[in-house]
Amino acid sequence: MGFLDRDRTIAPPGFNRWLVPPAALAVHLCIGQAYATSVYKTALVKHFGASLTEIGVIFSIAIVMLGLSAAVMGTWVDRNGPRKAMFTSAMFWVGGFLIGSLGIFTHQLWLVYLGYGVVGGIGLGIGYISPVSTLIKWFPDRPGLATGMAIMGFGGGALIASPVSQALLKAYDPNSGAQGWVASGDAVGKLFLTLAVVYLAYMLFGAFTIKVPADGWRPAGFDPANVKAAKLVTTENVSAKNAIKTRQFWLVWVALFCNVTAGIGILEQAAPMIQDFFRQADGKSLVSAGVAAGFVGLLSIGNMAGRFAWSATSDITGRKRIYMVYLGVGAVLYTLLALAGVSATFLYVVLAFLIISFYGGGFATAPAYLRDLFGTFQVGAIHGRLLTAWSAAGVAGPLIVNGILDAQGKPGQLTGASYQPALLTMVALLVVGFVANLLVTPVDARFHEPRTARHEPAMEA
Amino acid sequence: MTTAHTHSGQEPVQRSTGRLVLGWVLVGIPLAYGVFQTLTQVAALFG
Repeated sequence: MGFLDRDRTIAPPGFNRWLVPPAALAVHLCIGQAYATSVYKTALVKHFGASLTEIGVIFSIAIVMLGLSAAVMGTWVDRNGPRKAMFTSAMFWVGGFLIGSLGIFTHQLWLVYLGYGVVGGIGLGIGYISPVSTLIKWFPDRPGLATGMAIMGFGGGALIASPVSQALLKAYDPNSGAQGWVASGDAVGKLFLTLAVVYLAYMLFGAFTIKVPADGWRPAGFDPANVKAAKLVTTENVSAKNAIKTRQFWLVWVALFCNVTAGIGILEQAAPMIQDFFRQADGKSLVSAGVAAGFVGLLSIGNMAGRFAWSATSDITGRKRIYMVYLGVGAVLYTLLALAGVSATFLYVVLAFLIISFYGGGFATAPAYLRDLFGTFQVGAIHGRLLTAWSAAGVAGPLIVNGILDAQGKPGQLTGASYQPALLTMVALLVVGFVANLLVTPVDARFHEPRTARHEPAMEA
Repeated sequence: MTTAHTHSGQEPVQRSTGRLVLGWVLVGIPLAYGVFQTLTQVAALFG
């Protein structure tokens, strides 16, 4: 498998760096399917005779494995390069679908946990971080734009997978025209096999397109010496091992954790929440189920657009300032949502859209923030370790919101006021994140790598 | 993909316009389809 080695992927002179973002997007658009699992959730509940929670565990395992594998495999990804990492990610992600489909066809739920959850989750983690450090090295002049383009794909993957999966389930199930139709397990199994084939092709396209820049390569006209020195942007390097010993790493971890927890609070409850906010005295909501589904779609677009737009903006504003916007303005918007969201649907939708765009922006800006603080040396590995904040938030966010809502009443009887304690808790979390971000300062020199030991000296000229 | 030479004539330079267009089309079309489908659903929100 020598063709996957890092030294076989060094770009020849004249290689167009704009080929790298579509290679990265090809991987992220595939693994972004993880956010489209709701399409076949009900079908799996019926097929296995399981509860919603038991089926929901599949997704939870995958997200936990994402964080763990990104943290554990980050150094391996940095050492072996993006092609081997993307190839490995493809094998795990596709393997997850194949094992998962076997579990569906044989009525073995544990095989779905193992396949989609554990094996697929490892593919998610490796795939998520695989192109990040390469993009940062190809775009030293615009790292936020570059990582924003790739990580946007993770948000966009669900936008593609949802309608495609719905169409395929209808095509595979002869009873799809029946009233109150729920897809059969057989149709979901076939869907998994189809997705495995398509994702394998796309991810291998990404793996065999991506290249790393040669030592000393710089974009035309870019001279690091001419870039205005920003206080937080280092020209030094910190290893992943040392990075987690710094205060700065944990401050950014807290900032990301708070931002993600707050975002998940809305995302997880999006459809019932908008209906509850506009529930009238007679118990009926002004917002129908169809309109609520449209609202969820709009949030998906906000999530994706925020990843690209806000991360690209951070190249101009600086990473610390844009995080102050995500967390500070986010806290204000959350307060408005809690106190005035019930007054008009339009206001509610605009506020939620902006909040979710900040959620996406936080994800996409994180790699560039780490590059600024720790240099490019092991930024992929450091990013992998930072993603444990995502796993933690994935558990904490729903726990906080569902726990508070359970105390407020039963689903279908909640109103806008029922959400106020949960939303104001999120405001408090965002304020904590804002303070953590405010405390971020340059990393102490004792954590820097010795200049002679640098692996990529040219990038830090 | 064709090759040319730099001004100094020392190193071959790859010209990759076709590959670049293909790469962006491969990811751009599915993404545009997904956004279109979602916006169609979103229309119900304002209709």
